[in-house]
Amino acid sequence: MATRLVLTVLVTFLGLLLVTFFIGRVVPTDPVLAAVGDRAPAAVYERVRMELGLHLPLWQQFWIYVQKVVQGDFGTAVLTGKPVLSDIRRVFPATLELATVATLLGLIIGVPMGVFAAVHQNKWIDHVIRVLALFGHSVPVFWLGLVGLLILYAWLGVVAGPGRLDVGYFDVVDTVTGVILVDSVLAGEWEVFGNAFSHIILPAAILGYFSLAYIARMTRSFMLEQLRQEYITTARVKGMAESRVIWRHAFGNILVPLITVIALTYANLLEGSVLTETVFAWPGLGSYLTDALLAADMNAVLGATIIVGTIFIGINLLSDVLYRLVDPRAK
Amino acid sequence: MKSYATLLAAGTVALGVSALGIQGAALAATPKDTVVIAYAIDDIISLDPGESFEFSGSEAITNMYQRLIAYDPKDVTRLYGQLAETWYVGGDGKTYTFKLRKGVKFHSGNVLTAADAAYSLQRAVILNKSPGFILTQFGFNKDNVKQRIRAVDDSTLVVETAEAVAPTFFYYCMTAVVGGVVDSKEAMKHEKAGDFGNGWLKSEASAGTGPYKLVNWKPKDSFTMIRHEDHWSGDKAKTRRVVVRHIAEPAAQRLLLEKGDIDFARNLGKDDLAAVARNKDIKIQQARKGAVLYISFSQKNPNLAKPEVREALKYLIDYDAIEKNIVQGTYVVHQNFLPQGFLGAISDRPYKLDVAKAKDLLTKAGLPNGFNVTMDTRNNSPTTEIAQAIQGTFAQAGVKLEIIPGDGRQTLTKYRARNHDIYIGRWGPDYQDPHTNAETFAMNEDNGDDAKSKTLAWRNSWNIPQMTAQIKAAVREVDPKKRVAIYEAAQREFLKTSPFAIMFQQIETVAHRANVDGFEMGPSFEDNVYYGIVKK
Repeated sequence: MATRLVLTVLVTFLGLLLVTFFIGRVVPTDPVLAAVGDRAPAAVYERVRMELGLHLPLWQQFWIYVQKVVQGDFGTAVLTGKPVLSDIRRVFPATLELATVATLLGLIIGVPMGVFAAVHQNKWIDHVIRVLALFGHSVPVFWLGLVGLLILYAWLGVVAGPGRLDVGYFDVVDTVTGVILVDSVLAGEWEVFGNAFSHIILPAAILGYFSLAYIARMTRSFMLEQLRQEYITTARVKGMAESRVIWRHAFGNILVPLITVIALTYANLLEGSVLTETVFAWPGLGSYLTDALLAADMNAVLGATIIVGTIFIGINLLSDVLYRLVDPRAK
Repeated sequence: MKSYATLLAAGTVALGVSALGIQGAALAATPKDTVVIAYAIDDIISLDPGESFEFSGSEAITNMYQRLIAYDPKDVTRLYGQLAETWYVGGDGKTYTFKLRKGVKFHSGNVLTAADAAYSLQRAVILNKSPGFILTQFGFNKDNVKQRIRAVDDSTLVVETAEAVAPTFFYYCMTAVVGGVVDSKEAMKHEKAGDFGNGWLKSEASAGTGPYKLVNWKPKDSFTMIRHEDHWSGDKAKTRRVVVRHIAEPAAQRLLLEKGDIDFARNLGKDDLAAVARNKDIKIQQARKGAVLYISFSQKNPNLAKPEVREALKYLIDYDAIEKNIVQGTYVVHQNFLPQGFLGAISDRPYKLDVAKAKDLLTKAGLPNGFNVTMDTRNNSPTTEIAQAIQGTFAQAGVKLEIIPGDGRQTLTKYRARNHDIYIGRWGPDYQDPHTNAETFAMNEDNGDDAKSKTLAWRNSWNIPQMTAQIKAAVREVDPKKRVAIYEAAQREFLKTSPFAIMFQQIETVAHRANVDGFEMGPSFEDNVYYGIVKK
């Protein structure tokens, strides 16, 4: 079983790398330009082309890359001049922090919203929740981000502006995990924690709103399906308390599909959100990957792809484990 | 159900209270001893003066490293000694001698000697990264550089070029970032596999004599500098710390500036600038830069190869309307390859929108009903808007312009491979001498596909042996007046016949809080210096 799992993961990774690599090589962008700029003389251009191995056949370039990756060498990112691993170690915690807070917000608010809506189907509360969810699903995040900044930061002053920290708090705590909320707690720097929290709350709330919209809609439809089942009617006929019917019986039975929804939402956020990162000057994985793609910086693209792939596979495995915990039949 | 709802309500209240509770910390203004600059700095690849060739990287390096000589940003014809006290060229026109200042200390505390200056130039030649050609064009290579660039004693540096060139040409090249003097002892201490400390200097530290030293650089996030307390001039930087934050979105820069969370916003667009100009807490500062915006016509296209068509298209651009409606505050009309502020620049402006004249010229070219043509256009602002404006005015004479949008590097890749019809681009000079733009716009030594030198003239397949010879003569002309005369004549010829319609010269516009002053901006990003910035 374990061997099969490892094999599946390996094949998935290899396929992922292969597709990313070849797509990256056929886009009509010259990766040497990212390294030397437009104004470099022909001799420098040629030397860098050779250094990057671009004169070799594609299959050979791929083979060399895979060999290096197996040895733990992801190469150097052209765009930053730093090893890809160190870049990812820097940008991923920023994304992880934002995605986690956003998912928690989405989860805490989205699930009860969905349950409320289902329980009060076709009543005014249901309509309000449905409209809110629809709004969250259709409004551009870029616009919402700027409006949020304008109202909550510029006009009301209840949250901090773009960036992860105010400049006065730069380099106050040592980087341990890279997640400032965690590092500041580890260092006992509560003022830094407060500042980091005031910076993260708005982008996380906006991203969280989008997850919330999806989670609430899905929770509602899962719950509606359960509430129509005969065992619910039986429980009610038996005189069971309504809260017990809803939360223990119906809700208990939607946990498995709900975990999948939440896991996928979280995984999507962990890929990074380019637009949110741009508006909020958040140095995360999304803008790193996009910049790398546009510049055909393949080491960076492939490194980030492996990370994203690992996240997806990891979260899938995690949700499998959770299924077993919540559903006795899966044991 | 109740318990869940109570929990939820409590959680929400706690979240709200904590968010409100931390607002005091969140809304602190920038610290008094720190200047905060919002700037799109994602172009930085390296902070090593021997390697950096990007706008914001060059600006950072200027504040950390000094050159032997520099020019006065207010009058570029005036050169002054930065680390050199005196300098002269020998009678052979090839041997330059620099006498260095005494008592200059690097960020490490090491004392500057001529050996450091020699090492810095040698390493730039041997590393031969992107800006290396600024030095290697004088005949230096890895085999001869140690003989040709040498320290004669602790304070004397001798540089021998391969052939005699205009001394101003050589001096201006020495003012470029690649001429930044590096602390040789520190660089060697951090050398790995013969890289002259490049791996260390590119991202981890600074080893110069400039008013600031690097604290850290987080790519696409920020860089922080702290004052070099032991600066040789005794006139150390006014503000202790400078933090440059990468904020790409102009609207976010504007909000931060209005709230006072940053002191400078460097990338505001036309509308943002107009809005902040009305705010009494904010001031606007401008400087002409060397970059020009142009469109160019590939001579491989038979229609565009006709001289009358080239001229007609130059009459089909509404320069003034584009300046007023699209690029106000960021570009001004300029029609020559030498930007204002350069030796030999002229301000002739013969072209304006004249559809009738353009139609006449097209008729003469045998194209009375116009023709179809494509333009590769980078999908950013203001390039796209300018392209659309040009599309509109071209159409008035029957020229149907199809805009092909693409990412910057995609369009550039196509342009470099000479696969375009028309290209809209931006060009920034590599150093402050007129040869930098003259070479690329008006020289094409070999128009073959495998040419060694692929200038902008080459990219547009413009075969110009005569003008090439003229520009080559200019760079060898020792008499500055005669040199200027050659460039002036070349520009007038270029205006008339070239397949380039130079349209605008960049203006850098910076918005800053009114209580902050003293940011010096020059014609190049290498002239933007922080040391005089004061906060009241």
